[in-house]
Amino acid sequence: MNKKWVSYPYLIWMVIFIVIPSFLILFYAFTTKDEQGIRFTLDNFYRFCNPIFISVLFKSLGLALLSTLVCLIVGYPIALILASKDYSKRAIFSMLFIIPMWMNFLLRTYAWLTLLEKHGIINSVLSFFHLPAINILYTNGAVVLGMVYNFIPFMILPIYTVLMKIDSKLVEAAQDLGGNGFTVFRRIILPLSVPGVMSGLTMVFMPAVTTFVISKLLGGGQYTLIGNLIERQFLTVYDWNFGSAISIVMMIFILISIGIMSKFDEDKGGGAALW
Amino acid sequence: MVKKIIMKSYLGLVLLFMYLPIIVLIVFSFNESKSRGNWTGFTFKWYGELFKNSQIKEALYNTLLIALISALIAVVIGTFAAIGIHNMKKFRKTVVMNLTYLPVLNPDIVTGVSLMIMFVFIGTFINMKLGFFTMLLAHITFNIPYVILSVLPKLKQMNKHMYEAALDLGASSFYALRKVILPEIMPGIISGFLLAFTLSVDDFVISYFTTGSGVSNLSITIYSMARTGVKPTINALSTLMFAGVLLLLFIINIRSSKENKKRNQFNS
Repeated sequence: MNKKWVSYPYLIWMVIFIVIPSFLILFYAFTTKDEQGIRFTLDNFYRFCNPIFISVLFKSLGLALLSTLVCLIVGYPIALILASKDYSKRAIFSMLFIIPMWMNFLLRTYAWLTLLEKHGIINSVLSFFHLPAINILYTNGAVVLGMVYNFIPFMILPIYTVLMKIDSKLVEAAQDLGGNGFTVFRRIILPLSVPGVMSGLTMVFMPAVTTFVISKLLGGGQYTLIGNLIERQFLTVYDWNFGSAISIVMMIFILISIGIMSKFDEDKGGGAALW
Repeated sequence: MVKKIIMKSYLGLVLLFMYLPIIVLIVFSFNESKSRGNWTGFTFKWYGELFKNSQIKEALYNTLLIALISALIAVVIGTFAAIGIHNMKKFRKTVVMNLTYLPVLNPDIVTGVSLMIMFVFIGTFINMKLGFFTMLLAHITFNIPYVILSVLPKLKQMNKHMYEAALDLGASSFYALRKVILPEIMPGIISGFLLAFTLSVDDFVISYFTTGSGVSNLSITIYSMARTGVKPTINALSTLMFAGVLLLLFIINIRSSKENKKRNQFNS
């Protein structure tokens, strides 16, 4: 049975539209164009070592990490609650977390402007109850909120999927052996859910680091994350060499972060040992 | 008991957080005033205006056309690719699968700018400008891996001797593919198509970098409107699309539950 050739159109497509563009980004990052023509250089990376750019990079990583942690802390109990529902309700409730994604994410993020404004809906409700107003629009708080709002389904759903697959006999056995609710959670459920948590962390962290839309909409026009920096280099400043270099630096930091996270995955006790 | 109440209210609170912006969007699509946040009265006029606004109509047309074409092409290339990958030896399979995961794992912005660089690069040799066609190519590219990833599990579930049995019984390999393999993997193909279609409709970042002047889809239109204020017409359109998806989901659910019932009756 020799049907390998049917995948050749795909392979050709991938080489043209994935492999070559990846090499082009590398090429642009390590070259510069001046009067003498194109030459190889590390200047683009030296330029990035400016404290301003470094602080943008660490701000992006920090805010993404914070959003990821909030997603985990808020999302894990939700996944637990969903998994504890009986079979017919599970499908409905997990669907309820997927449905919002079918509305354009730009519009949903934009709607938060209406909610968070100084005299917006949330503050009107708060003042009705004589509570202090919150003014987080155009600050880090609003950007983190936007990230959590947009990416929390990516945390809940993988954890929920893993939790559902846990053999209920294991939990029952632990209870029979005298484990109380918290012990069962700490020693059985939590360690077994680590793969779901890992994929949740990656799926939230990555889009959160690279976003330029959420920061622009909820952080205001001057708000800069690494994604905004890249977008500006490509579409406003037209310095593609520098833009490519920033993209590569960003990718390296993402790979390092994911590497660190998956380290925790390998020594399975790692997650539980924190407790 | 107390635990149950806490659990329910927590779930309710998070769901409220998820749906609050959507409720706001839908409510303000019926708002008389053009500015967001000011409720001045109930109206249907934005829904009427929807059919007059040529900018929105064109964006919707581009979005749906690109979603349909890119999903169809991705399904054809992706299904054949999955069949080929399924039959590969271990080492090559690993290499190709890693290549397949690359666009799925790559951040959208990196995929977007790298494709943009390449389209401009190619454009210096042949007459190709950033626009509808480059956006379509980009969408096909990010859709194919999702088709492959939904078709491959179905191929793994399939009894591999069925295809050989068909050949032994005298079927040509094309006939066997059409009559044996394709019906078996059809659910995977359909879910791959739907996934590709929705991803394409939803995409902003990659479209934003790979399109040229004058050509925009809904997401790009919304993004450019966000600076000056999104018009309630867009809210009206999204409300309609959202309602459409919900209706579709409802119909599919009812049909599948009916089928399940029939099957259960048949079995008992």
